[in-house]
Amino acid sequence: MEMFTFYLTSIIILTSILMVVISANAVHSLLYLILSSLAMAVIFFQMGAPFAAALEVIVYAGAIMVLFVFVVMMLNLGQAAVEEERTLMPLGIWRGPALLAALLLAELAFLLFQQPVASLPVAVYAKQVGITLFGPYLLAVELASILLMAGLVGAYHLGRPLLKKSATRTHVRES
Amino acid sequence: MNAANIPLDHLMLLSCMIFVIGLAGVMMRRNVLYILMSLEIVLNAVCLAFVSAGAHWGKADGQIMFMLILSLAAAEVSVGLGLILQIHRKHGTLDVDRLKELQG
Repeated sequence: MEMFTFYLTSIIILTSILMVVISANAVHSLLYLILSSLAMAVIFFQMGAPFAAALEVIVYAGAIMVLFVFVVMMLNLGQAAVEEERTLMPLGIWRGPALLAALLLAELAFLLFQQPVASLPVAVYAKQVGITLFGPYLLAVELASILLMAGLVGAYHLGRPLLKKSATRTHVRES
Repeated sequence: MNAANIPLDHLMLLSCMIFVIGLAGVMMRRNVLYILMSLEIVLNAVCLAFVSAGAHWGKADGQIMFMLILSLAAAEVSVGLGLILQIHRKHGTLDVDRLKELQG
């Protein structure tokens, strides 16, 4: 039964990310992307990593995807954008990359099934993750916080002139 | 083996398939927004590989790498989406082929 749900979830993930890559409508692909991260959380939970599953739902499906949704909303893409996207990706253009990607997949699968892998039965809970995170990985946490700070400053810097320009534009329109 | 007795081979195969589909998306699409989404898929595939390997050996390290990748993805997406907004404002398009300022 567990195996059945795992394979069903994998099928859901694969179809949804395929739809993300194929779809011409940005909002549709975003919805598929959210679906794929939710399905990924299901797989994490099944594997005995409940903390990773919760983070996947909260941060990926909750925070990062909301950022994407807001940007799509600000870009105001309509039916014209869908038509443009169709002309940008005609049927023939993706054959080369798709063939190469399929070849790479076959190669990876071949390498993966070459040697047998040893096994141990355990589930890893949040307590163990926290102890390891703030023990040997403390430096990595600091580096991640610096990275997030840099991301924050970068996003603010990139978004600020946009806000200023639009503010002056509305001001001019009003006067 | 992890809690649900899923073979590591199958998890790694799934992760590889997700990675390859995301990579194909990065190469196929010409809209910057879709390229960023495909990059998210690729990062998600790497996360799956780390977490499944961590679950397989019963260690927390895989989930810690997952958290670090998650923070990387959050920073990358915030900067990338800011850039996309700027590109859309300056050029009125998101087509990477029409953004030729870096061309020599």
